[in-house]
Formats: sequence, C-alpha cells, structure tokens
Amino acid sequence: MKYHYYPGCSLEGTALEYNRSTRALMGSVGAELLEIKDWTCCGASAADSTSHLLSLALPARNIAIAQKTDAGLDILVPCSACYLNLKKTTEKSRSNSETLVQLNSILAEDQLQISGPMNVRHLLDVLVNDMGPQTIRNHLTRTFSGLRIAPYYGCQCLRPYVVFDDPEVPRSMNPLIEAAGAVVHPWSMGGKCCGASQMNTKMDVGLTLVAGILKAAQGADAIVTVCPMCQMNLEAYQQKISRRHHEDLSMTILYLPQFLGLACGLSEQQVGLDLNLSVTDDFRKKIS
Amino acid sequence: MASDLAKTDQANPASDPLAPIQEMVQSCIQCGTCSASCPNEFAMDHTPRHLWRMVLTGQKAEIFRSQTFAMCSTCYYCTLRCPRGLPLTEAMSALKQVAARENNPRYRQSTQFYKKFIHSVRRHGRVNEMEFMTLYFAAIKNPAVPLRFVPLGIKLMVKGKVSMSPPIRGKRPLESIFRRIEALEKRS
Repeated sequence: MKYHYYPGCSLEGTALEYNRSTRALMGSVGAELLEIKDWTCCGASAADSTSHLLSLALPARNIAIAQKTDAGLDILVPCSACYLNLKKTTEKSRSNSETLVQLNSILAEDQLQISGPMNVRHLLDVLVNDMGPQTIRNHLTRTFSGLRIAPYYGCQCLRPYVVFDDPEVPRSMNPLIEAAGAVVHPWSMGGKCCGASQMNTKMDVGLTLVAGILKAAQGADAIVTVCPMCQMNLEAYQQKISRRHHEDLSMTILYLPQFLGLACGLSEQQVGLDLNLSVTDDFRKKIS
Repeated sequence: MASDLAKTDQANPASDPLAPIQEMVQSCIQCGTCSASCPNEFAMDHTPRHLWRMVLTGQKAEIFRSQTFAMCSTCYYCTLRCPRGLPLTEAMSALKQVAARENNPRYRQSTQFYKKFIHSVRRHGRVNEMEFMTLYFAAIKNPAVPLRFVPLGIKLMVKGKVSMSPPIRGKRPLESIFRRIEALEKRS
C-alpha cells in the first residue's frame, strides 16, 4: 500500500494529532505515505464562498503535482474538507472538458497540468477498504472491550459524492471500532452537520448543532471523528455548551486513527493524545 | 417587487449575477425537501425552498437582504436528497460568491472570514491560522467576537497548535494562480 499524502493546513496546526496518528497508524500496518511536494492549501470552504474558479484551481495545483510525481498512486486525504475539494476538482475536470482546459491554462505558468484522472481517497475509505478490520485485528495489542464508541462522520466525506458509505445511515466505521474490541454507540447523529465554519461566523447556530450531537452521544465513552473541523467543533466548546444547557456534556473526542492506533499498540504520545482538547479523566482511566 | 431589477437585468442580461444561479435551480418543483433536510433551517429567515423561488422570480433585493444562504454550512443533505438532482449546495455557494464580490455589508462577517482566510493562503501558500484569525478580528471591528475565542486561542497555544510569531515571509507559490484567476474573472 502506497499513497500520495495530502495533509492539508489543519493537520499542520490545530489538527496536529490527526496528522501524527494517521502517519503512525498507516506506518504500523506497512502503508507508505508520499507527501505531495510543496503542497498548498485546497481553499477549504473559503475559496468556494468567494470564487468558484479559485475553489477548483487551488486543489488542481496539488493534484497536478501528485500526478507529475506518480500518476499511478491514489491521493490519500484525512481532512474531509480537503478531500471534498480535491475530489470535486477531479470529478469536474473529468466531466467537463472546458473546466479542464481552463484549469490547465491557470496551471500552465507553473509548468503543471492535469493530464488524466487521479483517484482521491478519504482516509476512512482507505482504512475500511484497503486496510480493513482484519488488519486491525492482526495488529491488536490490546482490546477496548469496556468502551462504547460513537462514530461521527460529519458531512463532506459522505456527501455529495457517495463513494464508500451510505450518506444517510453511515456505518463504515462500525467494523473498525468492533475490531478494536469496543461497542458501537447506537445513534443517528453520525452523518449530521457540526455547523462547520458557522462556529466562527454564526456561533449560536454552531453551538446549537454541536449541543444536539453531544447530547445524543451521552452514554458513550468517546466520539471518534475523521475531520479536523468536526473534531474542533465537538471538542472546543463543551464547557460553554454545558453551561447553556445546565448539564455536563463533556465528552472525549478522538480522531479515528488515534483510537485504532492505541488499540494497535501505539503509545499515547505516538498518537498525540496530549494534543486533544477534551479527553476526560474517566476515559484516561478506562484506557490506562 | 423585483420589477425595477428585472428591467435593469433585461437591459443587460450578462451583468445579472442571478442568471447562472437561476439556471442551476431552473427545474425546482418547490417540494421543500431541501428545507426539511437543512440543519440550519431553524435559524434562517427564509427557508431554502423559498429562497429558490425568490431566485427563480429574480427578487435580487430580497435575496440579498436575507441571511439564508449565509447560513448554509455545506452539509450537502439538500443536494443529496433533491428529487430533481439540483446542485443546491453549489447554488448556495454561488450566492455567497455574489455577496463577496459585491462586498455586500450585510454579509460582512462571513465574507471577511473567507476573504482573510484566502488572503493568508495567497501570502504563504498554506493558511496560517493565527494570522488569519487576527486579520479577521481586525476586519470585523467588533471586540466581542475575538473575546469569545480567547479561551480557545490560549488552549491551542499551550498545546503548540498555533503560534503567536508571524509566519516567515517567503516565496508566494500561489501568486501566479491568483493573478491568472483575477484576470480571467475580470474578463467574464
């Protein structure tokens, strides 16, 4: 297993532990990650809110560099927003030749071009379909049999491109969580929206959406996520939300590769557990 | 209603920013699946269904008084479920793009958020989260907003996830791409 690796800006900043745990987990199962050379921002949700063309050109540059390096490898993306932007660009340049010509004219000055289809894959897709629960079981060094885990998918790895899971009732994480010996928390919030950048521009709306998710997760020991934006929204405002709702809604929020990494014998330090903003004492006790 | 606008638009259809968006939602049957699927509908002044009706009837002034499209968090539920298969999330983004292009003061906060993000990306190739949030706070000139983020900012700094030191000025790897897009967008 070898992939182009597009970490994206968040994984160098607020989502350092997502980067660290993804690299550690993939490394421990023998997958090789080839970081896209001099990669640049995909535009996040900001480019598409200001210029449609920019929202395609920013991902296009990274896809073109990956293609130039090795056209045969899939591009692995852990961040759901980056994943969608890169995926959207490959889809639109495949389905619309005018778009492709326009993007290549923009890239030409940097001696880059998109010359054929490239496969963009979300980390969860790779964990489920390339690696699979059996690989987790083969690498298990401990079992999390006492834990109940709520899988949270968020939006953009599921929609609008339906690739590896049911976009209405996602369940691709279940076999991975069960492979680690834990129980899946039954809930219907897995594919619901966390509010995304609403938290920065319309905070009250964002807080309402996150409160609904945290409430539904009560009874679980942790929520696992596959997106830096979801992770931040779910972990960073728990005190504020608890005060508003007169109820302790604090909850451990982990990235999926952190959870799987711990099960596969990686240390807390190797998966960056000290970098998370909300790991409860109760959870630490249960995993120690 | 929209009669004045409609007249202006008829005189110069190429300048009508609603035209491409009308095309996107042309075959809307007003079923309301989008409204029922939207997680932010509770906070909107017009429902998404109503917004598409306003788009199709060319009510530009009312659309750009409404906060509905600015409330879209791009979850893609409406796009997934629309029985007509319309690109509704893209249409929401297209409305955000019009508001940003026209520097409409009603959307100042979200537009500044996106623009400062892009500004930081243009300078460094990657977004510098601290620089971008600082620029954003300065631009919206409302001290209450940054104060809400102080506790989080401190937590992130303690964890070494964001840095107070300004990013190193280096090459601008995206400059040619940005220039080329500006030129293309001016032409269209």
